[in-house]
Amino acid sequence: MNNLKVTIDGKSIEVPPGTTILQAARMIGENYPPAMCYYTPLKETGGKCRVCLVKVTQGSEANPRPMPKLVASCLTRVEHGMVIENETSPEVLEARKGVVEFLLINHPLDCPVCDQAGECDLQNLSYKHGTESTRYEEGRREFDKIDLGENIQLHMTRCILCYRCVYTADQLTNKRVHGVINRGDVSEISTYIQNAIDNDFSGNIIDVCPVGALTDKKYRFKQRVWFSKPFYAHRECDKCKGEAVAWVKNNDVIRVTARKNKFGEVLDFICNNCRFEHKNMNDWTIGEPYEMDNDSVITTNKYKVLDHSPAVNVDAKFVSE
Amino acid sequence: MSKKILLQHINVPGIHTLETYVAHGGYQSLKKAFSMSPDEVTEEVKKSGLRGRGGAGFPTGMKWSFLDKKSEKPRYLVCNADESEPGTFKDRYLMQHIPHALIEGMITSSYALGARTSYIYVRGEMMNVIQILEKAIQESYKAGYLGNNILGSNYSLDLYVHPGGGAYICGEETALLESLEGKRGNPRNKPPFPAVWGLYGCPTVVNNVETIADVPWIVNNGGEAYAAIGVGKSTGTKLISACGNINKPGVYEIELGVTVEDFIYSDQYCGGIPNGKKLKAVVAGGSSVPILPAELILRTINGEPRLMTYESLSDGGFVSGTMLGSGGFIVYDEDQCIVRNLWNFTRFYHHESCGQCSPCREGTGWMEKVLHRIEYGHGKMSDIDLLVDIAKKIEGKTICPLGEAAAWPVASAIRHFRHEFEEHVRNPESCCKRHLHRSMELVH
Amino acid sequence: MSILSSNTIQEITKLKSRYPDDRQKSALLPALHLAQAEQGWLPVQAMDEVAEVLDIQPIEVYEVATFYTMFHVKKVGKFVIEVCRTGPCCTVGAEEFVQYMEEKLNIKVGETTEDGLITLKTVECLAACGTGPVLQIGPEYIYQENMTKKKFDDLIEELKIKGLKDV
Ligand SMILES: Cc1cc2nc3c(=O)[nH]c(=O)nc-3n(C[C@H](O)[C@H](O)[C@H](O)COP(=O)(O)O)c2cc1C
Ligand code: SF4
Ligand code: FES
Repeated sequence: MNNLKVTIDGKSIEVPPGTTILQAARMIGENYPPAMCYYTPLKETGGKCRVCLVKVTQGSEANPRPMPKLVASCLTRVEHGMVIENETSPEVLEARKGVVEFLLINHPLDCPVCDQAGECDLQNLSYKHGTESTRYEEGRREFDKIDLGENIQLHMTRCILCYRCVYTADQLTNKRVHGVINRGDVSEISTYIQNAIDNDFSGNIIDVCPVGALTDKKYRFKQRVWFSKPFYAHRECDKCKGEAVAWVKNNDVIRVTARKNKFGEVLDFICNNCRFEHKNMNDWTIGEPYEMDNDSVITTNKYKVLDHSPAVNVDAKFVSE
Repeated sequence: MSKKILLQHINVPGIHTLETYVAHGGYQSLKKAFSMSPDEVTEEVKKSGLRGRGGAGFPTGMKWSFLDKKSEKPRYLVCNADESEPGTFKDRYLMQHIPHALIEGMITSSYALGARTSYIYVRGEMMNVIQILEKAIQESYKAGYLGNNILGSNYSLDLYVHPGGGAYICGEETALLESLEGKRGNPRNKPPFPAVWGLYGCPTVVNNVETIADVPWIVNNGGEAYAAIGVGKSTGTKLISACGNINKPGVYEIELGVTVEDFIYSDQYCGGIPNGKKLKAVVAGGSSVPILPAELILRTINGEPRLMTYESLSDGGFVSGTMLGSGGFIVYDEDQCIVRNLWNFTRFYHHESCGQCSPCREGTGWMEKVLHRIEYGHGKMSDIDLLVDIAKKIEGKTICPLGEAAAWPVASAIRHFRHEFEEHVRNPESCCKRHLHRSMELVH
Repeated sequence: MSILSSNTIQEITKLKSRYPDDRQKSALLPALHLAQAEQGWLPVQAMDEVAEVLDIQPIEVYEVATFYTMFHVKKVGKFVIEVCRTGPCCTVGAEEFVQYMEEKLNIKVGETTEDGLITLKTVECLAACGTGPVLQIGPEYIYQENMTKKKFDDLIEELKIKGLKDV
C-alpha cells in the first residue's frame, strides 16, 4: 500500500497506513501532542487521559470534511490527505489546558516529597499547558498509601488512572493481581485485598507510571532524582536483556530503571532481579551517561520557574539545596 | 385517538402470555419475514424511516446496513434494555406488560441481521422484568419460535437475557458490550463501531427495546405504512414516559407530531399540572437533554407551536431548543427549584461516570461540588460562569457521550435560568431544601 | 471448604452455556447476582469462588463487583432497602420520603439498623419515575412504587416478621 500524506501544523510527512496521528506527529518530531495514558509498547493503551486531543480540519483527500469533535491523536489513524491542527489550534490548546486542570484538581501537588519530581510527566505537562492558579476550591480526594509487596509502593492519591500499569501486568506477567476497582472519581488501582504483586516483571509498572503513584520502595527518599547521574548499564541476565539505566551517586547505584526513548517509553522491560537486587557498581558494566528526554523539566532547567506557579506547589528549598 | 403500534393491546388481560399475545396477532411477522430475504427485511426497515428510540435517533435501517457482512465471524444483535436515563421508564413498562413484543422483534430483527445468538441486556435492578422475559422466552422456545429451524425456515436463533449490575453507563452501547463480556462498563473508543467490532470483536447491532419492538409491525404492514404515520422524518409512534408535576404520569404511545401543549394539557395524555400550578420548565427527552422554560417548550423561538418530533424539539439548536432523546418527559411546576434539580442531576452524572477519561471523571464531580455549594448557600457569583466553563471543557472531549449528557443540563439550566442561580448566591435563604442536607449527599 | 452452596455453583456452571466457549467470563454478572442472592453480600471468598468456576483471575471479579452498584462488597443488613433519589422522583417528594425513612429506622443513609435487619441505601433512577417515590429490596428486587409513609411503615413491619421467620 502507498504511504499516506498527512499535514500537522503545516508540516507534511508521508507515513505507512495504520499510523496514528500521534505517531506521525512524533515522526515530524516537533511539538507533538503530549500523551499521559497511551504507551506504544503496551497494547490497548490510550484514549483515556485526553491530553492528546487534536483538531482534524480535513478528514482526508477523498472526504475533506473536518471531524466534528477533537479526536484523540493516540488512537486516530491518519488518512491520505488528512490535515491536523495541534499547537496551531487555539481550540486544542484551550481543551488541553482544560484537561490538565482536570488532572490537577485532585492531584495532591506534593511534588516536594514525591520521588517522581523532576521526571514526572504531569509536572512537565502542567508546566507547558497549565494555568497560573487553580480555580478548584473543594476538598481533594485522598487515599492511604499501600504496599504492593516488598518492592513497590502505591500512592493512589497521585494516580491519574492511565491504566498503563494494569496493561503492563496483563501483558508482561501471567497472573494479574492488581487492577482498577470502584468507579468514577473514586476508582483506584488496587489488589483489593492487599495481595503482594509478586512476579519477575512486576517492577516495570513503576517505569510506565507517568506520575509518582507507583514507586520503587527500595529507592524511595534516598535521593532526589536530579542529584544522581544516570548511566547506560548492562549485566548478563537470564530473565531479561539486562539493558538498564543505573542511577549513580558517589559510586553507588541508588536505583535501576529501564531505558526509555525520548517519548518516555520503555525500550526493553527489565526483570525485578536487575531492578531491585543489583545495587553495586560491580554488578553492572557502566557505559556512557544516559541522555534524558529533552522535554523534561530537569533537562530544560525550568524547575525553578515551576516553583512559582501556584498550580504546582513545589517547595523551593529542594531546588536550592 | 392516536395510532397505536406497541400498546394497542396493553389492557388485554393476560397479554403477557404467549397464548393471548398470539391470539391478538402476535408472532405473525415471523412467517412474513421468513418469506423475505434478510436484506429485504432490512430494506423495509429502511423505508419505514424508523429511528433509534434509545436516545440518539439514528436511522435503524441504515445502522443495520452498516453491519459488516463480509466478516466470517458470527454476528450479534444485542438489545439495549438498560433503561437508566432519569425520566425514562417506557422500556420497563413494555417488557413487563408485553414481553413477547420484544421477543418477536428480536427474532425478526436477528433474522434480518443474520444473527444466530442474540442477547437482551436488562439492567439488573429490573429483576422481575428479567424473570418475566425468561419465562416468555421459554414459552417462545416451546412454541417453536426460538431454537433450531424456526417454523421450518431453516433459520435458527438462541435468545438469552443478560442482567446488568447497576450502572447507567452500561446503556452506552460499547459499555454495554464490555459489560456483557463480563467486564467493567467502560465505554470503548470509537471507531471501530460495533457494526464492525462489537460483542467479542464480532459485527454487532445494538438497538433499544422500543426500536426492536417496532420491527414486527413494520414487517407485517410494510415500511411505507409506518412512514405514513408521523411528521416528516419523525415517522411512526413513540413511547413517551411522562413524569414530574403532571396529573397523569405514565407511558403514552403518541403519533410523532402531537403538539407539546396538547401532550401536557390534554386529558388523553398528561392531563395538565396538578393544583392549578403554572408550568415552569420541561426536560423533554431524559435528563441529558437541555431543559427549556415553559415559553420555549410550548413554542419555538419563531412562535410556532412545538411538536413532539425529533426536528421540532431540536428547532433552535442549543440556544432555544432541546431534543426528543429517549422520550423521558419531565415536567416542572412553578414551585420546583432549577438549582436543586440541576445539582441532583450533576450528582447523578458524577455518580455514574465510569471514571475512565479525565474530563468526565474529574469534571462531573467538580460541577456537582460547586452546585452543592450554591444550593446550600455558599456560592459565589463567579461560580456560575465557572460551571459554564467546566461544562464547556467536558463537552466534546470525552470518550463517550456521557460527557455531553453531563454538560448539557448545566449549560442549558444556566442559559435559561441564570437569575435563579444568582438569587441563590445573593440570598442563600432562598435555597428551598437546605434542611434536607445529609440524606441527599453523594454516598458512593 | 467453599462458602457458596453446590447448588449455586451448579447454577453458575449452567450459565456458562449461554456464552461462546472461550467467552465464559460473560457469565460474571449473572453469577455474582446468584452468589449475592445466596450470601446476602459478596465476601472475598465468594468472589474468589466465582472466579474459579469461570476460570478467571480473582482481580477480574473484584474489578467488576466494585464497579456496579448492586453488588455489596461490604457486609450489609439482612434486607437492603434501596430508594431512588434522582430528580424526577424528587419532584414527587422522594427527598422528604428519604428523610422519613431515616427517622423511622433511626439510621442515616448508608447505615444498618442496630439489629442488623435493614441497611438503607439511596440509588439513582430506577426507571419508575412515573410512580415515584420508589424503592426496592433484594434479592427479589420487586419495586415498591408510589411510596407513602404508611406504606413504608407497613413494609417495615412485614420485614421484621420475615426477618424473624428466616432465622
Ligand atoms: C450514557 C449513555 C446512556 C445510554 N443509555 C441508554 C439506555 O439506557 N437505553 C438505550 O436504549 N440507549 C441508551 N443509550 C444510547 C445507546 O448508546 C445506543 O445509542 C442505543 O442503544 C442504540 O439503539 P437505538 O438506535 O435503537 O436507539 C445511552 C447512551 C449514553 C451515551
Ligand atoms: S465520558 Fe465519562 S462515562 Fe464516558 S468514558 Fe469518559 S469517564 Fe467514562
Ligand atoms: S427518578 Fe426515580 S425512578 Fe426515575
